[in-house]
Order: sequence, then C-alpha cells, then structure tokens
Amino acid sequence: MNITVIFINAAALLGLIISFSRNKEKSMKALKMALKSTFKMAPAILILLILVGLMMGFFKPETISRLLGEQSGIYGIVLASIAGSILMIPSLIAFPLTASIVDSGASIAVAAAFITTLTMIGFVTLPIEIKIMGRKFTYLRNGLSLVVAVVIALIMGVIL
Amino acid sequence: MMENKEMKPGKGGQQGQMMKPGMKKQKPLKGILFLALVLTAAVVLLVLYPENREPTYKASWSFFVEIIQILPGVMVLMGLFSVWVKNETVIKYLGHSSGISGLALAFFLGMIPTGPLYVAFPLAASLLKKGARTANVVIFLSAWACIKLPQELVELRFLGLKFMALRLGLTVVLVLFMGLFIEKAGKFGESSVSD
Repeated sequence: MNITVIFINAAALLGLIISFSRNKEKSMKALKMALKSTFKMAPAILILLILVGLMMGFFKPETISRLLGEQSGIYGIVLASIAGSILMIPSLIAFPLTASIVDSGASIAVAAAFITTLTMIGFVTLPIEIKIMGRKFTYLRNGLSLVVAVVIALIMGVIL
Repeated sequence: MMENKEMKPGKGGQQGQMMKPGMKKQKPLKGILFLALVLTAAVVLLVLYPENREPTYKASWSFFVEIIQILPGVMVLMGLFSVWVKNETVIKYLGHSSGISGLALAFFLGMIPTGPLYVAFPLAASLLKKGARTANVVIFLSAWACIKLPQELVELRFLGLKFMALRLGLTVVLVLFMGLFIEKAGKFGESSVSD
C-alpha cells in the first residue's frame, strides 16, 4: 500500500483518538460532518468515476497528449486554465482526476495550471465575491491568480 | 479556548460541493440529475461501442479503488478540523498581526480550516473591516483556496512529492507577491501600514 494512504488514515485515526479522549460530543459532531459531506460529495464522485472511465476507454492516449501534452505548449495551459477557472470540482477529487489525465499523456504544466486555477479562481462565485469583497478586490485577486497559475505552470513545466 | 456559537451560513459546508453558494440550503437534486444524465450517456455509449467496455470499466474501477482508500480518512480529518478550529479564533489571531510573522501566520491560518473558498469571503471581509493588513487577507484567502492541509495530502498521494512540494513552494512565493501587489494597488477596508 502507498505510504501516503497509510499516513492519511493513520492521521485520521490518531486525530479521532485524541479528539474522543478530549471531548466525545465534539468528536461525534466531527464524524457526523464527515459522513454528511461524504454523502454530499457522492454524486460528484460518481460522475467523475464514470467520466474518467469513459475518457480512458474512448480516447486514445495520443489524443489526450496531443491536446494537453508537452507538444500542446501554451495552448494546453490556456485550455486547462479556462477549464479550471470555470469548473467547480471539489479539490479532493480534482487531484485523482488530474493524476489520471497526466497518466494518459497530459503534461505537468497543464496539470499545475488546472489545479491552481480550479482552486483559486471561481468564475461561478464571482458575483458573491464582488458582493462581499468589492469589485476592485475581486477583479484584482482573480486576475492576478490567473497570472500566478500560468507562471506556476510554466515554471513547473520547465523543472519537472 | 474561545468557543462562540457559530452562526455563519455555510459553516457546515465542507470542501467544495458542486453548488451555487448563494442559497442557504442546497438541494442535492441537481447533482443527482446530472449523475443520471452522465450515467445514461455512458450506458448508451457502452452499448453502442462494446469494444470500449473493457478499458472503461478498468479505468473506473482503479479510480474508485484509489479514491476509496483515502476518502474516509480525509473526510474525518476535515470534520475534526472544522470542529476544533473555530473561524472566530482565526479572525482573532489574524486581525492584529503584522510584519513578516503576520504574513507567515496568514499562510498558516489559511491552510487549516476547511470548506469551499466562498465560505472564507465573509471572514476576509470582516478581517479587512477590523483593520487587518490587505496582504495578509489576500494570502489568507489564497492559502485557503489552494494549499489547504487535507488537500495537500491528497495531492501528495496522487501527484507525488515533487509535484506537491514544488507547487506548494511556488504558490507561497507568488501569492506573497500578489498580496503585496494588491495591497499597493488600493486601500481595502481601513488597513494601515504596519512595519
């Protein structure tokens, strides 16, 4: 078994033990929240399970690597950044999704651009951000986050 | 430990659901509808192209196995975080921190809580109102968005140590510049310059 898997589960178990020894009520609440958010996320996870299966089953790795691989260059990064800015995928499943795209030929730069835009930029939540944080702040933060994402992608593409 | 009763809307909301954040209570209907749509499309495709069935099942299955190994653990960790780390505590510490240690604290405090980014907006707004430094608030929001701790564990698992560490490092450096830049670009709230 992978060492990170062991680490995550050990940390969860240890956290639970400490939590329960301090406050039973709070710990039960934490478990309930964990269960609730798992159910909330279940449809999204199932959708991705199906989509990843279809993607691997129907697209040849060559197609994916042509669109998102090394030779896609800046277009691949732009494509990934647009997708990442618009889509709202829970980051928890965004990582395995990205990993499977990388496995089938997408470049590291594309993966980094996708993850960073996905988490930092919320196209769908722009109206809420404007309402709460103001127009100027929102545009500055989202615009600069896009720049940051592309820079991260380019540097990671060169190094890795 | 300060533990005020939590009244913020969306507090129960865990790590990014696919939902419109405006509404108080989200119906899972949309997700299930979308799932049904995708499932139907998949069934149609697989009936029409039986030769693609095998690789599709295999890919879905291995994806499922990978996710199920970490999902319960990560969910429990996030539940524990949100029960033990109150948003009020975060605001209290970040509200009057300054200088380099303030910037570092902003990163650290942003990495701890859980929940989608839009849950952090009201926190950020009240931080600005309380006179927190703009750079700190930008850093806090960005850390919340893309380098949260449970999230980094998942990244480590699926994309490897090199990818995770490099993206984390680059994010910290660039977000720091971004925070300072936005601070220079304008006054948000009544933030005063600190040394």
